Amino acid sequence: MNETVKNTGLFAIVAVLIVLTGVTQSWNAALLIIAMGLISSIMALGVNLQWGFAGLFNVGIMGFVALGGLAAVLIGMPPSEGAWSAGGWGIVAALLMGAATILLAVQVMKRMAKGWLRTLLVLAVLVGGFFIFRALLDPSVSAVEAVSPATTGYLGGLGLPVIFAWPVGGLFAAGAAWLIGKTALGLRSDYLAIATLGIAEIIIAVLKNEDWLSRGVKNVIGIPRPVSYEIDLQNDAGFVAQAAGFGFNPVEASTLWVKFLYVCLFAVVLLVLMWLSQRALNSPWGRMLRAIRDNEVAAEAMGKDVTARHLQVFILGSAICGIAGAMMTTLDGQLTPGSYQPLRFTFLIWVMVIVGGSGNNLGAVLGGFLMWYLWVMVEPMGLWLMQMVTAGMSDGYWLKDHLIDSAAHMRLMTMGAVLLLVLRFSPRGLIPEK
Amino acid sequence: MDLLNAFVALANYVLVPGIAYGSQLALGALGVTLVYGILRFSNFAHGDTMALGAMSAVLITWGFQSLGLSLGVLPTALLALPFAIIITIGLLLGTDKLVYSFYREKKAKPVIFVIVSLGVTFVYNGITRFIIGAEDQRFLDGERFIISARDFKEMTGLEEGLAIKTTQGLTVVTAVIVVAALFWFLNKTRSGKSMRAYSDNEDLALLSGINPERVVMITWIIVACLATTAGVLYGLDKSFKPFTYFQLLLPIFAAAIVGGLGSPIGAIAGGFVIAFSEVTITYAWKKVFGYLAPEGLAPDGLVQLLSTDYKFAVSFVILLIVLLFKPTGLFKGQSV
Repeated sequence: MNETVKNTGLFAIVAVLIVLTGVTQSWNAALLIIAMGLISSIMALGVNLQWGFAGLFNVGIMGFVALGGLAAVLIGMPPSEGAWSAGGWGIVAALLMGAATILLAVQVMKRMAKGWLRTLLVLAVLVGGFFIFRALLDPSVSAVEAVSPATTGYLGGLGLPVIFAWPVGGLFAAGAAWLIGKTALGLRSDYLAIATLGIAEIIIAVLKNEDWLSRGVKNVIGIPRPVSYEIDLQNDAGFVAQAAGFGFNPVEASTLWVKFLYVCLFAVVLLVLMWLSQRALNSPWGRMLRAIRDNEVAAEAMGKDVTARHLQVFILGSAICGIAGAMMTTLDGQLTPGSYQPLRFTFLIWVMVIVGGSGNNLGAVLGGFLMWYLWVMVEPMGLWLMQMVTAGMSDGYWLKDHLIDSAAHMRLMTMGAVLLLVLRFSPRGLIPEK
Repeated sequence: MDLLNAFVALANYVLVPGIAYGSQLALGALGVTLVYGILRFSNFAHGDTMALGAMSAVLITWGFQSLGLSLGVLPTALLALPFAIIITIGLLLGTDKLVYSFYREKKAKPVIFVIVSLGVTFVYNGITRFIIGAEDQRFLDGERFIISARDFKEMTGLEEGLAIKTTQGLTVVTAVIVVAALFWFLNKTRSGKSMRAYSDNEDLALLSGINPERVVMITWIIVACLATTAGVLYGLDKSFKPFTYFQLLLPIFAAAIVGGLGSPIGAIAGGFVIAFSEVTITYAWKKVFGYLAPEGLAPDGLVQLLSTDYKFAVSFVILLIVLLFKPTGLFKGQSV
């Protein structure tokens, strides 16, 4: 069986699975799986760039995705009325002050000769700067958060079309990746894993606690959409007539149409990124990355700057995750910091890349769709399995209740087991690297 | 100026919790550092090994409690600990046989081991949640305080109280015993010496006839003891919740790296460095400064550097500083 036939077959199987969902459940569910599958594939492309091309282990995907989500809020939401005049500029000044402190400390570090005087001066700059920063920040923050806390209580965004948030989300993620990469790359590979694990936790903590920025756990809802709203479509006589022509009722037609528009937008992004990744993979740059991955010492001896290339690819991969994060928040229409779980946003993406085939872009996309489908389906399947297992037990028996309640936790185990099995028995994945 | 009250307030809110937390972190970091030294990978499953060990202890404790067994003033969980350790040993050795040994034979790259350990993490986490659920569980019994704030105030006549919880005292005592036993084992026994030799130079150790599989087995057994003890102590002191153990990974790794990965002494030092930084930076110093400052100059604000929500940021920043300036850690661990 040649390769093209096999790959087409694999994609066809996933397509059939999704179509089956459409037939047996609803077409809305099927379209939603496609939309999230597209987003997952983009995240998987980003991780594949880091792991498949360069062998970098990033355990902080969740953080980069969340930064993308923050971008959607900061770009898409309208500015909160009165919040800027209440303390917005104070916050900006405080943040600039914080950045200036760090820059000054870095300059002192670089310019002065090593010694106790330098250490002392750097510490003095940092501590002093921190107190000024807090003194500027705290009053402004409470002022902003006091502005109608029930509805806003945060700065809001720029009120631009939310599409612009996608590249901005990529930029945010790239910034965080630069910080991490600069410190942890060039050391042993586990350090990057631990550092990314840390930054992800911290980004989520910031989103949960800095109410002025993202409303914290009060969530930002109603982020403006790039596509039309269902209610407008239902009131549009032309649309209703067209839908009737196809035999749909207006409500169903409008929900399907909105999801279809999202799917088209996401597909365009995926195709562009896929084309770019494919070009990168086959370019001299891609060959160099793979050479570095396969033998760092040899590549370094050939005069390649290993750490700089690693930093580059780490930033690019994280930026793609940020773009996907902004897209996901756009699709949801809300930012809920509490919903970011490492299992869902870091680990699942890893499983996608490894199951699909690390080092192969097509594999990452396949893995994205397939694992997202399984992710959606595992819970009902687990519940069904538990009901089968417990069918013989009488109702109200403690073991039966316990097993059925625990079915929700099946996902963790299934995903862990899938990863371990694939790594053991088919480490190259479904579509192996060429 | 009231030095005595200031010191008591400091001890009550910073020193005592810091020592207890530091001991828990040190036990966790010791496990991570041993796996790193012998098996040469960062074990992401360590947090969830602690959770599974602690869960076994919780279940056995409940069993004992329903049988009416107890240790009087001490928590029943201590009685359950040995049994929980045996379960964890079985689990880790089983995991090693099923999962890790395959990659060891293949001499896979360390990063593959890390990914595999991440897979193991989620399987463990799934098992824990499947058996006991994701909610908080209480399994603490016995006397709550060695000395309560009220007794202390009555005894000394000071304004500030100093409370020492039984679990805090227990944590420190247990940690000291466990660490002493570990160091005795590593330095005095034949097996311990072979472990250190294997960690220093694998090839040389193999040449001198050390059986690697035996070393690995002993390592997992010790790691099971350390992880279960740490998990149970943390669960007694705070509360048992499966998810918190995954979050403990960051401070534990930070502790191990700050001390120098692969160095047991470093792991202990690192544990206390991280714990005290976390507690001092997230503590509101208003009270202590209030006693220290001259009359009328007491601070208005809380004098809290960072809110407690950011305690993970503290370990993270320390980790970054160490990686930037001294990647081998305080005690010269293995870094490359």
